[in-house]
Amino acid sequence: MANKEKNKIKLAIYWGAACGGCCVSVLDVHEKLFDIVAAADLVFWPIALDFKYKDVEDMPDKDIDVTLFNGAVRNSENEHMAHLLRKKSKLLVAYGSCAHMGGIPGLANFSNRQEIFERVYETTESTVNPEKITPQTKSKVAEGELSLPEFYNDVRTLNQVVEVDYYIPGCPPQSERLLEVFAAIVSGAELPPKGSVIGALDKSQCDECPREKTENKLLKKFKRPFEIEDDGKTCLLEQGVICLGPATRGGCGVRCIEGNAPCRGCYGPPTSIPDPGAKMMSAIATIIDENEPDAIKKVIETIEDPAGTIYRFSVPQSIIRRKIMPQEKKKEEAVLQS
Amino acid sequence: MTYEPTIIAFLCNWCSYTGADLAGTSRMKYASNINIIRVMCSGRIEPMFVLSAFREGADGVLICGCHPGDCHYHEGNYKCLRRFHLLQKYLTQMGLNEERMRLEWISASEGKQFAELADDFTEKIRSLGPCKLKETAETLT
Ligand code: SF4
Ligand code: SF4
Ligand code: FES
Repeated sequence: MANKEKNKIKLAIYWGAACGGCCVSVLDVHEKLFDIVAAADLVFWPIALDFKYKDVEDMPDKDIDVTLFNGAVRNSENEHMAHLLRKKSKLLVAYGSCAHMGGIPGLANFSNRQEIFERVYETTESTVNPEKITPQTKSKVAEGELSLPEFYNDVRTLNQVVEVDYYIPGCPPQSERLLEVFAAIVSGAELPPKGSVIGALDKSQCDECPREKTENKLLKKFKRPFEIEDDGKTCLLEQGVICLGPATRGGCGVRCIEGNAPCRGCYGPPTSIPDPGAKMMSAIATIIDENEPDAIKKVIETIEDPAGTIYRFSVPQSIIRRKIMPQEKKKEEAVLQS
Repeated sequence: MTYEPTIIAFLCNWCSYTGADLAGTSRMKYASNINIIRVMCSGRIEPMFVLSAFREGADGVLICGCHPGDCHYHEGNYKCLRRFHLLQKYLTQMGLNEERMRLEWISASEGKQFAELADDFTEKIRSLGPCKLKETAETLT
């Protein structure tokens, strides 16, 4: 992967539907950024450097050695850039939870464009929009035609759009992990098989977690973190707080639990667990201390938004990757009548 | 063309599968829409199995185990019951009609009950129409 000049690699960093935190996590390597810059030419990085899309389009194919793509694919611009960067890069890395599994933007798969537009441009308390003006992909103004990316119904992960070589999970990934991965790439060390999750462990958060687990975890009520008097020692799940530790890979340094907050699952599930929510449903069902249907339902009622909790970062990547919307249900009825 | 629902039924080996077998050996007729998957115990049915069934195109999922207290492995059916209610809650949040998933206890001697259940559930799913879950998950718009 050596480049002619000074063995420097060409590195690009791009954001799709993201919050910016992943790009900041790259800056969070602090003075080590100089090591990165010493080993790599940053050829494209919108948050920090003034390159244009045109500059990327003008590059020969496979000219970029490594692209770290963060963010989900939620509009036509994200999609276009995913295709473009795939074409121009030797290695395309899905960097962070959103590119990896959909992440927080992926929670929009509980909804669709119509609902989101109605909420944002019509019904939000601070909105006055009697003409119901919504963004158009094309609009004519005196100076000519203006265009905006098309907002999709569905949020996709990067690998639902283009082929991905590696995944570095996390919201955001731990900067130390990025440095390790970067050092491995620069050193020309043999890389793991294509499609691997790198910069994380394959054991679960629970395996890494210092909190005490007993065999006897049975619950009649689940609680939100502020509702418990945490003793700082006992497993959070045993104290009734939904912690995604059992369904999440380690590698972050149990950072939320170290901060006395439950794991939300941003590192995604270990290889052996295809669907984190399914695993959590098993884990939760095991600790419910009731055997009668109504009593069980009552315990389940104490879990605030189960779907959004157990799939916090992974809706678009999960087996049932989006909600069936009411109008789609109407289609269902229409099929029946025809 | 009339719509024929696809139904996946997970049956525990010791009671429910034997019950379904009894329906067969007694030559009872029941809806051929039911595709039976035998598992050792209803407690073996992971949420993953049910989600995969729907994602692969099932219109309904039926789960049967031994009556409470009768599980060959003592507690498996209680575990199944708790998972079932959680799954139902989750699937409802994903916009699925909760009646697309049913849990019933069938003992080894309840061949007739199994045949009736199979017919009844098939009719229920037929009345709900095709499940849109697979198409929705796979159409990226
Ligand atoms: S469930 Fe959470 S708190 Fe409990 S052991 Fe696992 S990671 Fe730690
Ligand atoms: S503890 Fe869980 S949610 Fe927190 S950073 Fe680690 S993987 Fe992410
Ligand atoms: S063996 Fe039938 S439910 Fe466990």
